[in-house]
Amino acid sequence: MTAMLELRGVTKSFAGLRANNNVSLTVDRHECHAVIGPNGAGKSTLVAQIAGELAPDEGRVLFETDDVTGWSVPRRARWGLARSFQMTELLKGMTAEDNVALAIQARRGHSFRFFRNALRDRSLREPARAALETIGLGDKADIRIEELSHGERRQVELAIALAAEPKLMLLDEPMAGLGSGEAARMIDILTALKGRMTILFVEHDMAAVFALADRISVLVAGAVICTGTPDMVRADAAVQAAYLGNDEDI
Amino acid sequence: MMFSPTPRKLAALAIILVLLAVPFWAAASGSNYVVTFASRIVIYAMVCVSLQSIVGQAGLVSFGHSLYFGLGGYVVALASFHLGEGIPLLGWSGSNEALVVWPLAMAVCAFAALIFGALSLRTTGVYFIMITLAFAQMVFFIFVGLKFYGGTDGLPLNARNLFAGQRIVDPVTFYGICVACLGLVMLFCWRLSRSRFGLVLRGAAASERRTLSLGFPVYAYRLAACVMAGAMGGLAGALWANLNRFVSPDMLSWLRSGEFLVIIVLGGLSSPFGPIVGAAAVLIIESVLSGWTDRWEVIFGPFIVLVALFAPNGLWGLLRSRRS
Repeated sequence: MTAMLELRGVTKSFAGLRANNNVSLTVDRHECHAVIGPNGAGKSTLVAQIAGELAPDEGRVLFETDDVTGWSVPRRARWGLARSFQMTELLKGMTAEDNVALAIQARRGHSFRFFRNALRDRSLREPARAALETIGLGDKADIRIEELSHGERRQVELAIALAAEPKLMLLDEPMAGLGSGEAARMIDILTALKGRMTILFVEHDMAAVFALADRISVLVAGAVICTGTPDMVRADAAVQAAYLGNDEDI
Repeated sequence: MMFSPTPRKLAALAIILVLLAVPFWAAASGSNYVVTFASRIVIYAMVCVSLQSIVGQAGLVSFGHSLYFGLGGYVVALASFHLGEGIPLLGWSGSNEALVVWPLAMAVCAFAALIFGALSLRTTGVYFIMITLAFAQMVFFIFVGLKFYGGTDGLPLNARNLFAGQRIVDPVTFYGICVACLGLVMLFCWRLSRSRFGLVLRGAAASERRTLSLGFPVYAYRLAACVMAGAMGGLAGALWANLNRFVSPDMLSWLRSGEFLVIIVLGGLSSPFGPIVGAAAVLIIESVLSGWTDRWEVIFGPFIVLVALFAPNGLWGLLRSRRS
């Protein structure tokens, strides 16, 4: 099995504090891999290094066989990495469909095109609408982002990632802030993608993690203390110690 | 598709009709004042449309746009000056031809925008405002210091550039050229705002982080936008030099940059028609008020405050874009 993403000994410190300490993990093709860990475990730092917003102090990041450690954020995106953000990061003042269409546009080569009306370009708008329909937001396509509910915005985040037809999806807490009904809907959407997409997601919602993940990596104090199937992770003594100490249910 | 009149479409149509009617008005009044004044508005509108393409669309507040306005003017003036001295620029006597010198002014400004933009775009927010101001002031002081080219006193042009070999003496003809140039600049900016390129700029203004993570090298798109805005600003400067047959460092001053910003904010940032409304409003109000009193800013200032308070989308924003 080829790994779509491989981290080799990734280490990152901020002012002497080791946010990530020698993190190694692999995400295989069509795998759904979850990263969990208590607050402050270094999950966001890890996501930033995979997306290219932060450069590791030590270690390598590999996409398939490419060493992408020195690649910029846009270059990683063009390779086929699509991400969603923990705090929704959408283009305000534009509709849901505009937001998704820009992701389609990014996959159609460069955008140094100055004359043709892109707002009526069917080769952009139709796939955008299709991506919104896939996640059940087809009827909200023409609504502006600021008029959508929080849950719908989270879904638009996912539609943007999907529309890019990525090789690897990096989802930063897709359940963040969702009500129970919305969370169930999001789990359904992700379940439908599972097995067809390669997904790495960071999540606090344990129900979602155990429902979705093929494998789980547990990050504690910047280091991976355990990687394995949900059953293995649930039975792991070190994980239980880390989580029971935090009084969280696993 | 049926033409459905909305307030904005009607206003745009009215503006176009007024611009086309000016020569007839001038002929009726028998004075060149109207057409010269209208030319000033048209040129101001042009430089402000170019500024709006980066401020309104890309969200990059440049406080140094006078740089391109002044530089474009000086390219024309220097070519004319050297021709007058009998040592034509680049040793070529064709350097008085508008179809050569104006594109040259645009190219020089585009190149300047490439350099200054490449450096300025490494900063964001208020630092971007300050660094663009600093570069414009730098060029301002360079031209103040060039005593050979008149320094603070400026440099007169012996005559207007030839246009396709013809002399442009008639103010109406010159006005027509200005309106045609404005039309091209507006058409370009309008198409740009809806193009793939324009959408990337708008996306980056709304969320740079999102736009980067979609795969767009935002810096390159913004730099290209600066280069285009610089070139269009340079064309406006070249026309301004021809209108007045005079350039001076005043064209480069930061007051001028501020005036451009006031115009686009006053007119509205959402449409290329905003700067036309803004330029006309500012120049007409200035002209009328300064006829009454030297302290005309005392009245003009509160007017801007009122617009900012009650029309946050500018004068153009007061018009509805859809039928209710």
